[in-house]
Amino acid sequence: MASDSLVSLRDLRVAFDGVPVLRGIDLDIPRGGAVGMVGESGCGKSVTWLAALGLLPGRARVTGGVHLDGANILGASPATLDRVRGGRVAMIFQDPASSLNPVHRLGTQVAEAVRLHRGVTGSAARAEARRLFDQVGIPDAARRLDAYPHELSGGQNQRVMIAMALAGQPELLVADEPTTALDVTIQAQILDLLNRLRRETGMALVLISHDLGVVSETCEDVAVMYAGRIVERASAANLFARPTHPYTQGLLAALPPLDGPKQRLAAIPGSVPDPRLMPAGCAFAPRCAHRTAACGAEVPRPVAIAPGHSAACLLTEAPELVEA
Amino acid sequence: MRDAGLLEAKDLVRRYSMRQGLLGRITEVTAVAGVSLALERGRTLGLVGESGCGKSTTGRMVLGLEVPDAGGVSFQGKPMPKPGTPAWRAMRARMQMVFQDPLGALDRRMTIAEQIAEPLVIHAIGNASERAARVESLLRDVGLRADQGSRYPHELSGGQRQRVVLARALATEPALLVCDEPISALDISIQAQVMNLLVELQAARGMAILFISHDLRAVRQVSDRVAVMYLGTIVEEGSPDALLHDPRHPYTRALVSAIPHPGKQGERIVLQGDPPNPAARPTGCAFHPRCPLASVQCRSETPTLRDDGADRRVACHHPHASPIAEAA
Amino acid sequence: MLRFLATRLARALITIVMVVTFAFVVLRLSGDPALLIMSVDAPPEAIAAFRASWGLDDPLWQQYLKYFTAILHGDLGRSMRDGRDAIALVAERIPATLALTLPALAIKLSIGIPSGIYAALHRNSLTDRVVMGLAVLGFTVPSFVLGLLLVLVFAVQLGWLPSGGQDSWRHAILPVITLGAGGAAVLARFTRSAMLEVLGQPYIRTASAKGVPWRAVVRNHALPNAAIPTVTIIGFMVGSLIAGAVVVESVFSWPGVGRLLVVAVANRDLAVVQCILLLVAGTMVASNLVVDLLYGALDPRLRQARAGGAA
Repeated sequence: MASDSLVSLRDLRVAFDGVPVLRGIDLDIPRGGAVGMVGESGCGKSVTWLAALGLLPGRARVTGGVHLDGANILGASPATLDRVRGGRVAMIFQDPASSLNPVHRLGTQVAEAVRLHRGVTGSAARAEARRLFDQVGIPDAARRLDAYPHELSGGQNQRVMIAMALAGQPELLVADEPTTALDVTIQAQILDLLNRLRRETGMALVLISHDLGVVSETCEDVAVMYAGRIVERASAANLFARPTHPYTQGLLAALPPLDGPKQRLAAIPGSVPDPRLMPAGCAFAPRCAHRTAACGAEVPRPVAIAPGHSAACLLTEAPELVEA
Repeated sequence: MRDAGLLEAKDLVRRYSMRQGLLGRITEVTAVAGVSLALERGRTLGLVGESGCGKSTTGRMVLGLEVPDAGGVSFQGKPMPKPGTPAWRAMRARMQMVFQDPLGALDRRMTIAEQIAEPLVIHAIGNASERAARVESLLRDVGLRADQGSRYPHELSGGQRQRVVLARALATEPALLVCDEPISALDISIQAQVMNLLVELQAARGMAILFISHDLRAVRQVSDRVAVMYLGTIVEEGSPDALLHDPRHPYTRALVSAIPHPGKQGERIVLQGDPPNPAARPTGCAFHPRCPLASVQCRSETPTLRDDGADRRVACHHPHASPIAEAA
Repeated sequence: MLRFLATRLARALITIVMVVTFAFVVLRLSGDPALLIMSVDAPPEAIAAFRASWGLDDPLWQQYLKYFTAILHGDLGRSMRDGRDAIALVAERIPATLALTLPALAIKLSIGIPSGIYAALHRNSLTDRVVMGLAVLGFTVPSFVLGLLLVLVFAVQLGWLPSGGQDSWRHAILPVITLGAGGAAVLARFTRSAMLEVLGQPYIRTASAKGVPWRAVVRNHALPNAAIPTVTIIGFMVGSLIAGAVVVESVFSWPGVGRLLVVAVANRDLAVVQCILLLVAGTMVASNLVVDLLYGALDPRLRQARAGGAA
């Protein structure tokens, strides 16, 4: 048991109006570690963390365990959750321009986070906001404190979001598609920044993305998700060297190569199933080239392939072992 | 290959007037500052760049949807007619556009069969039963089933919608297809399906494609030639593999090195600063404020797009200088 | 800023001129004031004299020109009924109207806005449905129907409150309620949809993710954004402080500007009608101007275009 994990998700399940969207997630985030979560739309990678932090709307039913340093925060009181959010686990989102309040100045928004979690007010909070702006590389920080979100570019706004997330000195930063809405060269800057901040502060990182490349470069471990479950889990190196689950293999094959002859891409046929019409057994089976009759009978449990590498597929050779 | 030329754009310039603020000064924004390109039958030209580089505006000028402030576009040897004229309307059947957001491009109140048939109706092609047959065959060509024709756009997935948009674009058998970020809004596995489809359709119908994207991987997969744009001009042009393995313009190098790579661990070039604002063009070479190799000449003299060896053109004063380690 | 104000003022003036001109023409084409003010049996010479003394026989454009020049000198004409200055006549009625419309505005704001916010925060709950149901009733029932109903119940049946006139503060209760009900309903519905729109925005989720307690999220993050569209409606309500009580004043025999307008129109008392219309147009236009300025204060995005992406 990974009892020294910073955050442990145990059998986390989420349903919206009776439709299951997350079907049992088990995940450990080690202190100071970097875990990537990859998958296509509807796989639940964002929902996992919104559920863990209690940010889903009221009609979502969330069950399971979310352990922060051993204590279960799922269903905790609003006061407890408010302390955790931003103070111990911070989250940044995809579109920085619309994720920042358009009528408040940036300095005010960052200072708000500082006041909530560091017990500092007034000019001290503003000074800290300024220091955070410097830390995330926003040039001309003093003037930018008084700027509004619409006055800055996407990349700069994302830096402000990161500064705001750091204000509470969190132990874990969950970045939900932080670079998807940004240009490629700015994406490189932001990923660079996240790496540097991890080194400087020792904080853990969960990076959610649909882009395998982004995740591989920034994270030590990667979890691949499909239709509300984790289908493969491995270190970044192993995942790309020996992808085992047919879905992972399919994702990698769907990436246009940068060299070699130009050929038809081995695209995964079909599309992600509607959560209301989920097939019995393995959710990926209808699209899988290797499916057998057994695949439709039961949901495959994760099978260990190597230390730290498991895949939820009936066709892996290793004996049945629940991932330790 | 030049005699297979279908469309030629020369020195296109497009400027917009923007009012700054509630009642401030009027600034002139140069979205496209002199772009020339040539499209050949049956070949794909990829146009790559980041926000504000002018690639979408270029695409619209190529189609004749916007009139350039300078320069001109000629299609099959004849100049592009002005928008709104009957000649221009007739030309719509020869050239079509595919956009980024398939849901936005489709009318939610019409079935997809009706929408695919619409261009045929507009250009009075065939009678009702001929059109119905054509719609069916188009649906099949893009990988959808004929019975899906009676569905509405919101009943389809993102990938299916994009296929419908493609089918509609192909209805009049255009000679030219301009695709503006056609796959960015789709999931990775669906992107692959659509890319395969585009390549197949081109091989079957011999149309020219202008593939506008910020994604170099996708552009390499689909294109025969690539042009990289920065702040309204083309900074480098060549074959996709050559550009990816031996980028000569510093911006192309940064772009190539920024491509996320599963399994990549190498050094990456991280550009400082933000993508530039077309309303505030730097002097000389537009890239010089962010260029690690900028020299005095770069600040004052705008480089022109020049041949740099076989099948390559670069707009840079120092295309071969490289103090930075190349990323594979 | 100056240019903005100047353009807005110019447009405002044009609007006012158009309203007054329109009224001028329509009034004169719709009936003979002489016949209405002097009784039908008055001798024809008296009527002719009346017409001559008020310049009613002059061609339309001449009358208009005279009127316009007079306005520029601050002279808005006299009532044909009692010869008093139109301005004085109208001015002495304004306090009475305000005595109804100001409390009514207070009701609209203090009931409408909180209900709308509450309904949005408890979307689809029983309270939400009840509040919205009441709101629909509130703005579909015409004010005279509501007024008469209230009179029927509270004045006639129960005898708790008087049914008309302006003798004591108790006389104001029913008219104020009638006036306030419709506006409160509109405001409730509008505020609710503005709030719902704002609550669905990503920055609300960011605020929660930062650890901001929910009440503070609503107060500091949602409300300031929801205020922006709500201000438009409130602007209309303020603009109609003078004009909005015409029906209610008539139903309750309340001696305000609205009643004066009704009587003056019936009598074709041209100067008085035009004076009131000028006042109404001016108030509306002024309030719109204030709303426009307020937008700039509330929404920083409107103050200036993006400075650009330069780092």
